[in-house]
Amino acid sequence: MNHLLADPWLRFILVVAIKSGVLIFIVITSFAYLMLFERKILAWFQLRLGPIWCGPWGLLQPAADAVKLVLKEDLTPRDADPLIYRFAPAIAVLTSVLAYAAIPFGTFPDGSPVAIANLNVGILYILAAGSLGVYGIALGGWSSQSKWPLLGAIRSTAQMISYELAMGLSIIGVLLLAGTTNLSGITAAQSAHHVWYILPQFVGFLIYFITATAETNRAPFDLPEAETELVAGFHTEYSSLRFGTFFVAEYINMITVSCVATLLFLGGGDGPFLATLPLLSVAWFVLKVMVFLFVLIWMRATLPRLRYDRLMAFGWKVLLPVAVLNLLVTAAIVALVKA
Amino acid sequence: MVVLFWVCAIVLVGTAIAVVGSRQPVHSVVGLIVNFSALAVLFLTLSAEFLAMMQIIIYAGAILVLFLFVIALLTVGNQPIETGEGRLAHQTVPAIAAGVAALGLIAFGVRTAWSQSAASPPADLGTVPAFGTALLTTHVFAFEATAFVLLVAIIGVVLMAGRKEIRF
Repeated sequence: MNHLLADPWLRFILVVAIKSGVLIFIVITSFAYLMLFERKILAWFQLRLGPIWCGPWGLLQPAADAVKLVLKEDLTPRDADPLIYRFAPAIAVLTSVLAYAAIPFGTFPDGSPVAIANLNVGILYILAAGSLGVYGIALGGWSSQSKWPLLGAIRSTAQMISYELAMGLSIIGVLLLAGTTNLSGITAAQSAHHVWYILPQFVGFLIYFITATAETNRAPFDLPEAETELVAGFHTEYSSLRFGTFFVAEYINMITVSCVATLLFLGGGDGPFLATLPLLSVAWFVLKVMVFLFVLIWMRATLPRLRYDRLMAFGWKVLLPVAVLNLLVTAAIVALVKA
Repeated sequence: MVVLFWVCAIVLVGTAIAVVGSRQPVHSVVGLIVNFSALAVLFLTLSAEFLAMMQIIIYAGAILVLFLFVIALLTVGNQPIETGEGRLAHQTVPAIAAGVAALGLIAFGVRTAWSQSAASPPADLGTVPAFGTALLTTHVFAFEATAFVLLVAIIGVVLMAGRKEIRF
């Protein structure tokens, strides 16, 4: 064991593997309790109690749900493409977990970020992982070889490509202000400027938040799985653990976009009392992420689903031009200030 | 790094063969996605981090989604489309000839570039600032010319696809 640890490459791989394992455990656990959190909050919005029977305050409900899903029969439609049908949920959850390699959750006392990797192109990496996320849905819907999943998958693909564009443009405004694509660099720039970018980039923030909701297929943009018209959308044919895997991917994506919004617009782990206790930054970060998650659930409880043509028109005719305008104005101001 | 190169190389060649060889168009697209992702990893080993991310965001994430979108719309069934009457005949010999010619051309280009390359690249090679500066100063003509060509292509597509709706 000692001579193994002496090799720098093996040690590096081992450290990354352990960090990833811990992080994946944390992410999956937070997914489970995010689902309980959502069910409780939705219940209160509708004057219900929500889950109360499994454990105190329903705290064991996620475990009960998991056991139920695992015990169900795993069905594969006769005409399904067997290979892709089996792999699609795995692709969905893999691409959703990928993003966490680059997210800094706070800063250590020595100033280094709490993250697996401190990438120079961190925000681009997260966008890349997100852009691959559509394949889980598209391939899952196509491989089921049945009409509702196919319609759901096609809708979702069209929606995700359309909204990805405005999302990318809304992020560039922040990159111009921070002057870096490194995520911990962006949060450091916000601390250095003494302003969270939600103030100077409020339009960018609104566009990011709307497009992020659409990217994660959350209400009011949950057209790909509109129950009233498409049964359950792209995962209609899926059952048991494979269905659960799609669920995991969707909720992990929700946490990811909340993390990115916190990093780009709310200063990441920035907050009071950091001078005395630097690791408090992780707590501030988690608190801000939870605010975003609450807003996402709040929107689901309050807003009705958009009609599909309205959704596309809104993306292309409102969000995209406003994002371009925001980018141009930001670029002009940054250039003027530098000159 | 050498191990990573060989893993990527094997994945690249394997998926490239899968793209050409598979009977099901969607399988070809999946092969191409894996191929482009492996190519991005190869870019990373050459310290071209910005290029690697763009390879995934634009090619693997956007263009291939459109491929999949069109193929899923056109071929809902599991049956491959090229087995019927409309299949092109006598393709093997010209395809092999063209492939060998392209490979020779690439090998010649790589050999020429190899003999001219500097011993060690600058430290900031491939970072976002270095890439952007090169793109918008040294190579700005090629950059703008490409943008113009793409604009022409877009206008052409709109004209051809939207012809039915234009009534004078």
